[in-house]
Amino acid sequence: MGMEASTLVIRLVGVEKTLGGQPVLQGVNLEIPRGKVTTIIGKSGGGKSVLLKHMIGLLKPDRGQVLVDGTDITRLSAHDLNEVRKKFAMLFQGAALFDSLTVFENVAFPLREKTRLKETEIERKVNEILEAVGLTDMGHKFPAELSGGMRKRAGLARALVMGPEIILFDEPTTGLDPLLARTIHDLIIETQRRFGFTAIMVSHEIPEIFGISDYVAMLLDGVIVEMTTSEQFQHTRHPGVKEFINVGPGRRLGNRQGEPVI
Amino acid sequence: MVTTTVAGVGRKTLWLVGEMGRMMVFLISTVAWMARPPFRVMQLLKQIHFIGFKSLFVIVLTGTFTGMVLGLQGYYSLRKFGAEALLGSAVALSIIRELGPVLSALMVTGRAGSAMTAEIGIMRITEQIDALDTMAVNPMQYLIAPKVLASIIVMPMLCSIFDIIGIYGGYLVGVELLGVSSGAYTSSMESSVEWKDVYGGFLKAISFGVIISWVCTYKGYNTTMSAEGLGTATTEAVVLSSVLILIWDYFITSVLM
Repeated sequence: MGMEASTLVIRLVGVEKTLGGQPVLQGVNLEIPRGKVTTIIGKSGGGKSVLLKHMIGLLKPDRGQVLVDGTDITRLSAHDLNEVRKKFAMLFQGAALFDSLTVFENVAFPLREKTRLKETEIERKVNEILEAVGLTDMGHKFPAELSGGMRKRAGLARALVMGPEIILFDEPTTGLDPLLARTIHDLIIETQRRFGFTAIMVSHEIPEIFGISDYVAMLLDGVIVEMTTSEQFQHTRHPGVKEFINVGPGRRLGNRQGEPVI
Repeated sequence: MVTTTVAGVGRKTLWLVGEMGRMMVFLISTVAWMARPPFRVMQLLKQIHFIGFKSLFVIVLTGTFTGMVLGLQGYYSLRKFGAEALLGSAVALSIIRELGPVLSALMVTGRAGSAMTAEIGIMRITEQIDALDTMAVNPMQYLIAPKVLASIIVMPMLCSIFDIIGIYGGYLVGVELLGVSSGAYTSSMESSVEWKDVYGGFLKAISFGVIISWVCTYKGYNTTMSAEGLGTATTEAVVLSSVLILIWDYFITSVLM
């Protein structure tokens, strides 16, 4: 895409990864612009989550570089990697809330672990964030007592609480009904506008993601075959991408222009 | 046919050697993280409560009946030589040297060890361990180290409770039921049990604490991403840790002799 280095927050260069004898990533080149919403789409089991986990150093590539603000995180020591991770937060597929802690304690967890804030200050901050994601007065509940949507909200609250520069979303709406999926999408966009973080999302919610993403990239057979603005992406000429976005769930019964599909 | 068998054996052996290496690295890294601040006192206390306090009932129950059956069996065997008076010594020595540490370790494996594997395994499957990592909190330090340390602290305590209760169990059967004199029971015990028997038992208990927490947390930490994987991990953890306890028991006994 040829963007200026300063507008890029993450750059992947020739990332290769084989898991369990299967080549998952086969030379991924990807540039993530700062302060925008970038969505990576692709087949289920096609390595999207694996790609996301490389960006935060949960997985190390067999070959290639992962540059975060110009630093190759694949070569960092555990200590330095933890420093870089302070820029990040991640919302996992199942929200990954700690079962043994209440919602409040979950959201307070990074503050208690990584800051020296006083307990009253932590309480104020957590309640503010819980309100922002629509979980006012839910702090005392345990994750097991929450619905899927509320768990995602709590996960988002925990991701937001440290004020990260970058938030990674691993299929944030999987397993939710379409209405709830839309509320979560709206919530992500709303908070992104409010807090200004870089959002990197992995999803296969087509066409919904076009409305909320600034940029869309497609991972196909272990490489990024297309990355462009959301607008241009929908008019792609790449046959593989075309095929993928035209059989998205929204197009099955007739497309937006109301033309019958068959 | 022959080549596939040989290849199969080779693969299995390579995997086994690799697994032993990975387990060793896991243990060393746990110990390294244990020594590094911040020290997780609350986590440690929680684990001591869970592994220790919550195992008390099982330990008391098994301790009582082990002592009682030893009283019964011991009386039966010793009477053949007219040596019922040595019952106290027989019960105390077998419990303090052998049965106390081994049986309490096996009970803790079944109760707390399997729960450790399941808890950590679920955290692995639901990505809670990854979540810790992304928040720059080391899971080895936050999750594993307190469990291992708690096991090391708690096992000798549970073992000594087992010992005392077991000896009383033997007393109950031998003295109250079968009529061995109370003085003979206690004095034979006092004269035959030495300090090295007691600390040998504690040494065993401590090393069993390491084995249980090491094997059970390792299996949970490396659970594969499925409910089936979790079941397998828990079974493997309990079986491997029980087997290792018995094998290690032989070697440590032969050294302590």
